[in-house]
Amino acid sequence: MKFYPTIGLETHAELMTESKLFCGCPNEFGGSENNHCCIGCSGFPGALPELNKKALELIIRAGFALDCEISRFTKWERKNYFYPDLPAAYQTSQMERPVCVGGGLEININGENKFKRLNRIHLEEDAGKLTHEGNKSYADYNRTGVPLIEIVTEPDFHSSEEVVAYVEKLRRILQFADICDGKMEQGSLRCDVNISLAPENSDKLGTRTEIKNLNSIKAIGRAVEAEITRQTEILESGGKIVQQTLKYNDLTGEITPMREKADAFDYRYMIDPDIKPVVLTEEELDEFRSRLPELPQARFERYKSYGISENDVKTLLSEKVISDFFDNAVKTYDSPKSIANFIVVELLGRVNRGEADMEKLPFSASDFAELQKYVDEGKVNRDIRKDILRDMLETGKTAVQICDEKNLWIKEDTGAVEAVIDKILAANPKAVEQYRNGEVKVFGFLMGQASKELKGSAAPATVKNILEGKLKNA
Amino acid sequence: MKKSLKQLRHLLDSKQVSAVELTQECLKRINDNPNSNAYITVTEDEALSNAKAAQEIIDSGEAKPLTGIPAAVKDNICTSGIKTTCGSKMLEEFTPFYDARVITQLKKQNYVLLGKTNMDEFAMGNSNRTSYFGSVPNPHDGERVAGGSSGGSASAVVSGACAYALGTDTRGSIRQPAAHCGITGLKPTYDLISRQGVAAFSGSLDTVGFLTNSAEDCAFLISALAYVCGTMWDALSDMKGIKIAVVKEFFPDDLDSSVKQAVMNTVTELEKAGAVVVETSVPTLEYAAAASFVISSAEGVTAMSRYDGVKYGLRGEGYTYDEQIRDSRTRGFGMEVKRRLMLGNYTLIGENYNEFFRKSLAIKQQLCREFDEVLDNADVIISPTTASTAFKTDEVINPAKLYSSAMYSVPANMTGLPCVSSPCNKAGMPVGVSVTGRKFDELRILQIADYIEKAVSV
Repeated sequence: MKFYPTIGLETHAELMTESKLFCGCPNEFGGSENNHCCIGCSGFPGALPELNKKALELIIRAGFALDCEISRFTKWERKNYFYPDLPAAYQTSQMERPVCVGGGLEININGENKFKRLNRIHLEEDAGKLTHEGNKSYADYNRTGVPLIEIVTEPDFHSSEEVVAYVEKLRRILQFADICDGKMEQGSLRCDVNISLAPENSDKLGTRTEIKNLNSIKAIGRAVEAEITRQTEILESGGKIVQQTLKYNDLTGEITPMREKADAFDYRYMIDPDIKPVVLTEEELDEFRSRLPELPQARFERYKSYGISENDVKTLLSEKVISDFFDNAVKTYDSPKSIANFIVVELLGRVNRGEADMEKLPFSASDFAELQKYVDEGKVNRDIRKDILRDMLETGKTAVQICDEKNLWIKEDTGAVEAVIDKILAANPKAVEQYRNGEVKVFGFLMGQASKELKGSAAPATVKNILEGKLKNA
Repeated sequence: MKKSLKQLRHLLDSKQVSAVELTQECLKRINDNPNSNAYITVTEDEALSNAKAAQEIIDSGEAKPLTGIPAAVKDNICTSGIKTTCGSKMLEEFTPFYDARVITQLKKQNYVLLGKTNMDEFAMGNSNRTSYFGSVPNPHDGERVAGGSSGGSASAVVSGACAYALGTDTRGSIRQPAAHCGITGLKPTYDLISRQGVAAFSGSLDTVGFLTNSAEDCAFLISALAYVCGTMWDALSDMKGIKIAVVKEFFPDDLDSSVKQAVMNTVTELEKAGAVVVETSVPTLEYAAAASFVISSAEGVTAMSRYDGVKYGLRGEGYTYDEQIRDSRTRGFGMEVKRRLMLGNYTLIGENYNEFFRKSLAIKQQLCREFDEVLDNADVIISPTTASTAFKTDEVINPAKLYSSAMYSVPANMTGLPCVSSPCNKAGMPVGVSVTGRKFDELRILQIADYIEKAVSV
């Protein structure tokens, strides 16, 4: 018997707000333990929450980007459970009235477009972090109260490819809309995957398991594969799937149970008396919509309209930071094709070799664009573009500074080139003699000497013309 | 010698008395009366240094309404550097490092803090008998309760151990002890006074308010702290043009006859003074006590869940987290808190949520509609504050009966309306009459309460 997998996802994305969801503490990754905390996010008596308006805007933005319906009336509930990373022993979340309902996104699998539906997106607070040392455990509340959106899909997925394509696309949309930085390694984007298997052509779903906290796209794909294999083996040998929460170890590929979900825990959801329900007006929604950044699909169309090859467009759109860099460079020098080429061939080459980090470039997109502009205008030799770029990366100097200091400007003054060549010819009488005797191969040697002396400050064609002329006429 | 806050302001500003003298007088009354058990913590040193600082402000001519006037603060209102126990063993050693917003407001006026007053544990109770620090005897009859949960605040006001006191009121915790002790208690409009820094019991019902010697003092405090509807305080000489509603459900058969008589007598007096009486009905009132009990207990569950002994509070023993918090909560909470946690959890679990909690929220909404309708046709509602006068401290009362006895006071919490209780009898144990008004109409209800206090109870 063949089994058909059905998969649903819950993706948690930390929002890029400056402060936490219900207090003014900074929303920053890292920092020393319990340093981004106040009486609110540490659960002290009397603290009252105050909803972060920016977080509300960002979840609504996610709703716009993912074609959801935005609830005009939304409210928050307390989800009650005792756990040491949860200082108030309840998580403020949304049950009955999430901010976003429905929606979805289209993925492309082997050229076929498939629409994957969302169930809802709600706005909640993150929990703290626990570390264990021997028989001691430590709680760090820095992450407690960080705004989080939970994006819940319908069970619309049937392979790991679909799941991976969805998470990749979702991540890119969240990044490009400035909703979430998408740094999965820091936990700012993480997925729970629900998987069940049923015999092919069966109209019933099988018993599902949930794999929690997957924090890389590759791990998600591998975890789905591993769980499908595990469940298939159990079912094929006549066993039964136990409904449970699982943990996936990406190093070993092992799947192990986290806790039994036999008698589902009752979270005793209760409306939060301290957070007033939010009623959203059309004016507010219009205002939020006006601040929605350009999404990947729109950028894709725009870049293609510049005449950039589809491969290069995809490369530019692989990370928001690259795409933003490109857009900023084009603002300085309106030549998208040559800028795109310079980024893809030279800059990303260095990034891929680990010589540069797009997040921490020592120069601006505008400096970068200027260099390309000088090259295109014939002011700087194209062959040394990469060397100047390397210098810019290493020294943080601008192209202008480097060209000035190293005398790299192409000299329109042919007299200067002639003087250099005269000097070289005078210093190499033997080579000149050989050339005149028909040994034309020494031309290359003399050309090399001239280029070395000129350090790229003259166009090679100019050097060649003058050198040829002098040799013939001398 | 009970002076009004206005008189004290005048005495201080005209240098007839100093803030230090006033403070010393209050401290003397606290010390002379050790059996009152009104205070859990007396902050004698801070009080005197506060008073000195206040006097400098007064001398410089920069005094604000509450500068130099000594106050008592209920022990669930956080005070930086001063223990805030909530009347619980759980927080016996808890010293917050932050002030509640209302305390910050008071400090800006250079008030004088005398200490933190006794209360039912986490404000769960109406007799002050659930306090870990012992009950508070009624100043009029030591064998009877002062009421609760703001029992310590009420007792301190009666004995002159402060000029006024802050309290909190979730189901009547200011007005009921005020009524039992024969003083004035104001529960303002919901959230008029910030709850920030006030340990929560039931967030949708909790309200910070005052216990004072008179309605006029409440008006003085409201004006000093809340800046309500622009009107200045102005005592009324008669009740002409005032429409008062009498809601028949507030006078059930089991209402204590002395209470009923005193309240009806008050209505008659008001009518004689020119008020128009409108007899009306609030059919949903009979469910108010039960619904408010469900809501407050359910919200109490989540408000209490932060007390795990991990971050602060009584640290439990145990190897695992579960063992540790179980021990912390088992030893840290008293019986009444535990009872409410059990009941609150019960109303939230599974289908009970719809059966109890959701239904109670619907009753709350319906009560709001019905009270709004009554107040569309009347300026205020006159009702008893409690079912009876203060009961004996050793009297064993069925908890269900105790919970339902809040029927008279809870509607103001359920609707968020301002409500003041004033004494309304001359002899015997004090009886309180409640005046409930429209939202933010504090000064109006206080004018009527003031009239009652002067015409009826003196």
